[in-house]
Amino acid sequence: MELDPDDIFKDEEDDSDSEFYQERESSKEFVVYLVDASPKMFNTTCPGEDQKNETHFHIAVSCIAQSLKTQIINRSSDEVAICFFNTREKRNLQDLNGVFVYNVAEREYLDRPTARLIKDFDCIEESFMKDIGSQCGIVSGSRENSLYNALWAAQALLRKGSSRTADKRILLFTNEDDPFGSMKGAAKADMKKTTLQRAKDAQDLGISIELLPLSQLDEGFNVSLFYAELMGLEDDDVAQFMPSSGQKLEDMKDQLRKKIFAKRIVKRITLFIANGLSIELNTYALMRPTTPGAIMWLDSVTNRPLKTERSFICADTGALMHEPTKLFQSYKNENIMFSMEELSEVKRVPIGHLRLLGFKPLSCLKDYHNLRPSTFVFPSDKEVVGSTCIFIALHRSMLRLQRFAVAFCGTSSHPRLVALIAQDEIVSAGGQVEPPGMHMIYLPYSDDVRHIEEFHSESNVSVPRATDGQIKKAADLINRIDLKDFSVCQFANPALQRHYATLQALALEEDEIPDCKDETLPDEEGMARPRVVKAIEEFKLSVYGDKYDEESSSMGNGKANEASRKRKAAAENAANESANYDWADLADNGQLKDLTVPELKLYLTANNLPVSGKKEALVSRILTHMGK
Amino acid sequence: MGVGGFVAARGSDSESSNQQEGLILLLDVGPSMHNVLPEVEKLCSMLIQKKLIYRKFDEVGIVIFGTEDTDNELTMEVGGYEHVVVLRNIKVVDGDTVESLQKLPRGTVSGDYLDAIVVGMDMMIKKYQSTNKGKKHICLITDARNPIKGPYEGTKEDQVITIAVQMAAHGVRMKTIVVRGRLSEDADRRIVDENDRLLHLFSEKTSAKTVYVENSTSLLGALKTRNISPVTIFRGDLEISPKLKIKVWVYKKTSEEKFPSLKKYSDKAPPTDKYATHEVKVDYEYKSVEDPGKVVPPHQRIKGYRYGPQVVPISSVEWDAFKFKPEKGVKLLCFTDASNILRHYYIKDVNIFIAEPSNVRATIAVSALGRAMKELNKVAIVRCVWRQGQGNVVLGVLTPNLSENDKIPDSFFFNVLPFAEDVREFQFPSFSSYPASLQPSEQQQKAADNLVMMLDLAPPGKEEALLPDFTPNPILERFYHYLELKSKQPDAAVPSLDRTLKRITEPDPQLFSESKSVIESFCQSFEVKKNPKLKKSTRRFLREKPSGSDDEGGYGDASNALAIKSDEIKLLVKVDKIGDSTPIQDFEAMMSRRDSPDWVAKAIKDMENKICNIVENCRGGDNFHKALECLVALRKGCILEQEPKQFNEFLHHLFRLSQEKNLGSFWEFLASKDITLISKSEAIDSEVTDDEARKFLVKREPKLE
Repeated sequence: MELDPDDIFKDEEDDSDSEFYQERESSKEFVVYLVDASPKMFNTTCPGEDQKNETHFHIAVSCIAQSLKTQIINRSSDEVAICFFNTREKRNLQDLNGVFVYNVAEREYLDRPTARLIKDFDCIEESFMKDIGSQCGIVSGSRENSLYNALWAAQALLRKGSSRTADKRILLFTNEDDPFGSMKGAAKADMKKTTLQRAKDAQDLGISIELLPLSQLDEGFNVSLFYAELMGLEDDDVAQFMPSSGQKLEDMKDQLRKKIFAKRIVKRITLFIANGLSIELNTYALMRPTTPGAIMWLDSVTNRPLKTERSFICADTGALMHEPTKLFQSYKNENIMFSMEELSEVKRVPIGHLRLLGFKPLSCLKDYHNLRPSTFVFPSDKEVVGSTCIFIALHRSMLRLQRFAVAFCGTSSHPRLVALIAQDEIVSAGGQVEPPGMHMIYLPYSDDVRHIEEFHSESNVSVPRATDGQIKKAADLINRIDLKDFSVCQFANPALQRHYATLQALALEEDEIPDCKDETLPDEEGMARPRVVKAIEEFKLSVYGDKYDEESSSMGNGKANEASRKRKAAAENAANESANYDWADLADNGQLKDLTVPELKLYLTANNLPVSGKKEALVSRILTHMGK
Repeated sequence: MGVGGFVAARGSDSESSNQQEGLILLLDVGPSMHNVLPEVEKLCSMLIQKKLIYRKFDEVGIVIFGTEDTDNELTMEVGGYEHVVVLRNIKVVDGDTVESLQKLPRGTVSGDYLDAIVVGMDMMIKKYQSTNKGKKHICLITDARNPIKGPYEGTKEDQVITIAVQMAAHGVRMKTIVVRGRLSEDADRRIVDENDRLLHLFSEKTSAKTVYVENSTSLLGALKTRNISPVTIFRGDLEISPKLKIKVWVYKKTSEEKFPSLKKYSDKAPPTDKYATHEVKVDYEYKSVEDPGKVVPPHQRIKGYRYGPQVVPISSVEWDAFKFKPEKGVKLLCFTDASNILRHYYIKDVNIFIAEPSNVRATIAVSALGRAMKELNKVAIVRCVWRQGQGNVVLGVLTPNLSENDKIPDSFFFNVLPFAEDVREFQFPSFSSYPASLQPSEQQQKAADNLVMMLDLAPPGKEEALLPDFTPNPILERFYHYLELKSKQPDAAVPSLDRTLKRITEPDPQLFSESKSVIESFCQSFEVKKNPKLKKSTRRFLREKPSGSDDEGGYGDASNALAIKSDEIKLLVKVDKIGDSTPIQDFEAMMSRRDSPDWVAKAIKDMENKICNIVENCRGGDNFHKALECLVALRKGCILEQEPKQFNEFLHHLFRLSQEKNLGSFWEFLASKDITLISKSEAIDSEVTDDEARKFLVKREPKLE
C-alpha cells in the first residue's frame, strides 16, 4: 500500500476532489448559438437598458458575449460555436450558402471558449458588415433556404461527442416569426416541410433546439406561425412560451459567475443499523467553500508553466535522500518512530463506514457542535435493495419525533462522531429548495470545545444581566431590523467576484476592471429610516443611559488598551529617534547597510511600514519608500 | 471547563516556558473508586503525555487518598490528614509521571476529599507562595460518596468556605470530576447530597467547577487534556448601526485538535552522532517544463490562474492593486427568523462573541439582545472582517448563548454561512414520488418510530450519552497510548480500542440489549437484499462488510445473518455449476462471475438443462413450482445480461417439450403465472414486441377442454 505522509494527516477539507468513487464523467454541454443576421435584425430596435434604442442584433450578440464570460468561469469545459445565418459571406463545414460560423485562431468551430474568442466577439458589431454581411437568405423565386442551412450546419457542428456524455443544444436568436412569409404556395409549403424535417432530424439525434425570440413592443412574436411546430410545442405550451423565453434571455445575461459542479457522489457508505441490518447511502457535498481555483506557477519571462519538484535533504548531513518512510515524535527525550502503515492503522476504526449509535432530541444539538461543512446523504438501492424504504421510514420518524441520529463515521481520513439530521423536502415555485435526505454534521470532541465563556469569569463576582425593560427594547429593535425572507446564500462572495472580474479584465486586456458590487454591506438607507433610528436610540438609552458617547470614546479599557498604548508609544519613540538620522543622505551614500537592524526598524516603525524580513529586505523597503 | 481552560495568560497561542503552570492531581483511590481507576489512570496519563509534548515545562504533583498508608508533610507537622499519600511532589513533568499514573495503588479506606484538598493547597502554597496566580490548578477526581470528617470546631460549611477563601487569595483554580450514576448506584443519598452541596460551595466562593460524569467514556472526556491559551480573533465593535456599536471580543469556540505534527525521519546521520536531529528538510524547486535542468528563481515566478483553456499570469503587484480590500469591522446586516437558517448551513468551526470583559454596558447590551433573540426566536446575520488586510468578508449567523450561571455572561455563538458560490444546487427525487414498493408500510413506519424513540441516548433524568463536550477523541487517545507503548518497546503493535473507547465507535451493548425487542421488530419489518444486478466492479462494497465481524466482541454481528451474507459466501467459493440444492443462487452467482465471459453462457445453458430436467422428471405440483422459480430466475438473468434470444428460444423449446411429453398441465401452470417472452422493451435485442410476448402463452396454450 502506498501512502503519502501528507495524506494521512491531511484534512479532508477537499474531500470532493480526491475520491475515487465518482459517478461517471461530469457531463459536458455543447451549444451552438445560431444568430439571425438578416437585415430585419439590424433594422428593428427596442429600448435598451439606458433608454437608448438597441438593434435586435445587438441584443442577441451582447447576450451571447455576456454568457460566454460567465461560462468560461462556470463551466469552462463546455464547448460553444457561434453561427450566423442570413449572411452575405459563407463559412461552414458543408459550404452552405448564407451561413457563417464565427471563429478565432487556435480554436475549432465547436470548442471551449477562449479569452480571444470573447475579446474579439465583443467587437463583432464593428466588423460584421465588412467581413460577414447581412443578407436575407429566403427570397421568393429562389430555392435557397438559409434557416434550413443554418440548422444543418449547426447539426454538423454538434456531430462531435456522444449524446450520452454531452448535452447538445442549439440556441436560436431571431426576430422573424414567419421565416417563409415572403414565399407563396407550393414552394412555401415545401420549404416549411423540409425545414421542419431538418429540425426533427436534429432532435432525433438528441439535440435540443431552443428559441430566443426577439420582438418589438408593438408587434409581438407570433410563435404559432412557424416555430411552435419546429420545437414541437403543444397548445398549452405556446401560451406559456413567450413570457418564459423573455425571462430566459434575462437569465443568460445576469448569471452569477459561479463555478458549477456536476452532481456526483462523493462516497458510497453503509449505515449499520443493528443486528447486522445495514443500508446503502450515497454522500454528496452540497456546500463547500469555493476558492478562486488552483494557482499555477509560471515563468514570468516566458509565461510558460513551471513544474514543482520536491527534494528531501537530511538536516544533519545535508545529503539528498529519498522520501522518508518514517515519521517521528520526540517524546521523553527520545525520538519515537512511526511508519505510515502504523499511523493509518491508528486511524483505522475496526468497523468502517457509518455505525448507528442511537437517537437524541434535536435540542441536544447545540449551535457550537460544528466543525466543518456538512455532508448530504441520500439512500440508494443500487447495491442493497431495500435501503431506500428503511431510510424513508427513519427519515419520517426522525422528522416527526424531532430527533436526530448519532452515528460514528469511520472514514479513514477523519473518523468522527456525527449527527444525522433529517431534512424534509422544501419546494418553492422555482423548484426544489431543500432536497429530502439527511445532513451529516461533524461533531466536536471534548478537546475540540473551548470554554471561553468561563475564561474571564472572576472568582466571586456576578456578571450583569439585562433587565426585562432592556430586553423589551432589544426586542423592539430586532423587530424593526427583521428581514422576513432572508435566505442563506443570497449573497455572492465579493472577493471571489472581484477575483473573477480581475481575471477577465487581465485575460481580455480590458482597460478597466468592472466594479463588483459588494452585496454584503449593510443596508444603510434602511438603517437610517426614522423608525429604525428611534428603536436603536431607545435601546441605547435603556442600556447605556446617556453614557454611550463616553464609553465609545474611551476606547475600551484593560489590556487591549494597554497594548495599543504601548504600540503608540513605541511609534512615537521611533519617530523621535528616527529624526536623529539623515536617512536621505545615508541612502544616497549606500550607508544604510552599515546601520544595525534595530536602527533600520526605527525608520520603518516611524513610517508605519512592516518591520519583518532580513536586513536586505529592510534596506530595500526603506529605499522603496523613499522612492530611490 | 478543563484544567486547560483555566489558563490566564492572554494574548498568544504560544506555550512557552514562561507560562508554565502548576497542577496537582488529587485522586480518590478508595475502594468505591476501584472500578473506574483504569479510566482515571488513562485520563491522567493522557494529560501528562500531552504536557510532555506541548508543555514540557509545566509542573505536576500527584496526591492520592483513600490509601491504607499516610504520607504527607501536614501529617508530620500538625498531625491528622490520614490516608493521604503524596505520590509525587510538584515538579516538572517527565516520563516517570506517566509511569506512576499508569499503576495507581488501590486504596483500602474511604477517602476524605477535603483532607486531600488541604494537603494539595499546602503543597501549592509551599511551592509557589503567592506567585503564579491563575496558573495554579487543582484537579480532584472522586466519587464523593463517602462522608468527610467533621471539623474540630464550626461546621463543614465553614471549613469549606475557609479553604475556598484561601484558594481565591492564592489564585488557585479547582476542577472537580465527580463520578456518579451507573458507576456508583448504591451510594447513600444523604451523604451524596451533603458532598454535592459542599462542592457547590466551592464554585460559589472561588474559581472552582464541578462536573458529574455517569460513565467511563464521559470520564475520559471530562478533563481537557490539552492546554491552549485562547486568543481573540477580533476585538472591536459589533456594529448594529453606525449609531450603536457594542464592544465585543471574538474567540474560537470549537477548533479541531489535530495529531501532533510528526517530523520526517532521516537515518543518514551516523549512529555515533549524539546530537543528530534526524530531521528532514523539504526543498521545493520550480523548473521549466521544456528544460528540466533549469531552475527558475523565486523572483522570476509568477502566479497564474486558469481562464478557459489558457492560464492568465497575475503578478502580486497587480493582485494587490485589484484585490478586494474590505475594512475591518463586524456589522449587523439584519435579524431574521431562526427557522430561515437551517442547521446544515453552518460550514466551519464555531466562534464565540463575548462582550468586552468588565465592560458592564456592553455586557448588558449583549445580554439584552441575546435574551430578546431567544424570546422572539430570531438570529442575527453579520458581516465580519476580523483583521485589516483580510482578503475576504465572512458572513455568519449569531445565535444566543444564554448563561444560567450568574458568574458567566451571556454571549453569542457565531457560525459561518456559505455564499451563493458555495452552494451546489443538486436536485434529488422527492420521496413521495417513489413507487409504493419503496415506501414504508404503516407497520414498518411504526417499527421505525419505535426505534427512533427507544434507542435513546438522552433519556430524561439521566446523563446524555456521547455529549460532544464529554466525549474524548478515540483516535487521539489511541495515538497517545501507542506513543507511550512505543517509548518502551519500539516495535509495539498498534493497540486496539479498549472497551471504554468502543462506546464511541460502536453501539452501547447495554442500550441495545435494553431495546432488544424494538431492534428485533425493526429488523424483521424490513428486508434488504443484495442487488442481483451488481457487477463485479461494485462488489467491493459488500465485501468490506465481513471485516466488521472479525472484530472481537463486536456487537450482534453474528446474529440474524442476512441474505447478503449467504450470497457473499457463495461468491467467494466461486460457483462453477448449478447444483440441486440451491439452483437459483448458483445460477446468479455464475451469472455474476466476471473472471471469464463464458460463465454467462454456461450458466444459461446449465439452467436450461436443470429446468428441462425438473420438468421431465415431474412427479407433482411441487416440482412445477421449483421449475417456475428457476425459469423466473433465468428470465431475469437473461434480461440483465441482455440475452433475450436465449430465453425466448428456450421458452419455445420448453413449449415443444411440454407438448411432446404431454405436460400440458405444466404449460397451463406457466400461463397462470404470467411467464412471457422477453420483449423489445425489456431487452433491446429482442425481436418480440410487447404484444407478441404477452400473446405467446395464450396462443400456444393447449386447450384441454
